[in-house]
Amino acid sequence: MYPSSLIEETVVRLLRDSECRLPPDVHAALRGALDKETEEMPRSQLLAILSNVDMAAERSVPMCQDTGLPVFFVRGRCDHRVLEAIRKGVARATEEIPLRPNSVDPVSRQNFGGNLGNGMPPVHVEPADTGHLDLAVLPKGAGSENWSALRMLNPSEGMEGVRRFVIECVVNAGSRPCPPVVVGVGIGGTADMACALAKKALLRRLGSRNGDDALASLGSTLLSQINSLGLGPMGLGGSTTCLGVLMEKAHCHTASLPVAVSLNCWAARKAFARVYPDGRVRFSQEGFD
Amino acid sequence: MSVREIRAPLDEKEARSLRAGDIVSLSGELLTARDEAHMRILEMLRDGRGIPFRLEGAAIYHCGPIMRSDEGWKVVAAGPTTSARMDRLAPEVVRQCHPRLMIGKGGMSSETLEAMKEVGCAYLAFPGGAAVLAAQALPEVLEVHWEDLGMPEAVWRMRVEGMGPLVVAMDSHGRSLFKEVEDAVRKRSVLL
Repeated sequence: MYPSSLIEETVVRLLRDSECRLPPDVHAALRGALDKETEEMPRSQLLAILSNVDMAAERSVPMCQDTGLPVFFVRGRCDHRVLEAIRKGVARATEEIPLRPNSVDPVSRQNFGGNLGNGMPPVHVEPADTGHLDLAVLPKGAGSENWSALRMLNPSEGMEGVRRFVIECVVNAGSRPCPPVVVGVGIGGTADMACALAKKALLRRLGSRNGDDALASLGSTLLSQINSLGLGPMGLGGSTTCLGVLMEKAHCHTASLPVAVSLNCWAARKAFARVYPDGRVRFSQEGFD
Repeated sequence: MSVREIRAPLDEKEARSLRAGDIVSLSGELLTARDEAHMRILEMLRDGRGIPFRLEGAAIYHCGPIMRSDEGWKVVAAGPTTSARMDRLAPEVVRQCHPRLMIGKGGMSSETLEAMKEVGCAYLAFPGGAAVLAAQALPEVLEVHWEDLGMPEAVWRMRVEGMGPLVVAMDSHGRSLFKEVEDAVRKRSVLL
């Protein structure tokens, strides 16, 4: 239904946009952070980050050398041809942009180039009978991905347990995931679902209110508490540690309360495309809804 | 805040003159080395083989760059990687090879700090992810070693011109800004 060449082309564009241009919501949040910081040290870090972002966009080169592993989210009518076109797009983008070949065999550590290999790239598919195909990409660097965490809480710990766990994750990660970070939280589901939800949450727009009142309130408490820690940009101290806390939830077993945290660095890269059957494609870096 | 200009390679005295909290700009030359290169350096030293580049006095940059090859190598993006990954290997490299600077992001452990104190080596933090800003300060690739490790893990020796802002985050007198901030963060987090 969707020509493979169109999907492939769309994937290359999504990767170029996400790697070279910071999404507008993230850019605005970083500029806001610079306005708030008064000390020389955090300001020096944010100024360097913002000038780096401008240079990357101007030259159309990746803003960070860790171009990550591109995590895809697909919603609509999707079959193996779409997945094959995504793989082709990733290999082409790696060559053309260029992206750093990051994918390696976990045992031998051998790198075959091209960012492909067993299970690569990860693609989350949500089949839906929509009149279009939504593609989103979230390139995720290892500096932040290495601080991902899952905990199976006791249900009696409730949202207070979730709050404590998220704070603990940010404190343990410290300077290493390149703060100011974006915090993705997945609550509920099964263990594997919670991890996927935390990652999916990172696609949400910064500053947008969560439609679920309990999550909205927990998110805003967490944002102000994390920023009161004083970790600051790059962990060198300051009042901006976090740009936003984004959440997703799913129903879970009555005897469990899974919670997963996925941290994103300040280079919180994302890009979205909506492909229509007549060949039109809309692009956005903030999503469509 | 005034920015001090330094050049690498440098001697012990100069490395020891750098104090935590200083902001510096680096020129001269540097070498990239990540996990795999650190492992190979130690392996070669253990086997009594010579390393094909000079680490005495050198600036080691924890970085896996994106390079483009057209009429020689060009640096596309070259921000720092998480230095803590090298903590298991760095103390021995510092003690045996005497590099005077390590550049990266996120800081290193107290074990590494101890080796830096003994030998006279400082750690400079470059803003993580600021890969284009860093690439701009790396105008020339002088040589590449161990390409078999892959582009990010190979050792790239490069000319560096005015790289900054670099924060002296760990000095050879035992002070670490990262440790100081982290301790304060942990204390505050207990109260939340």
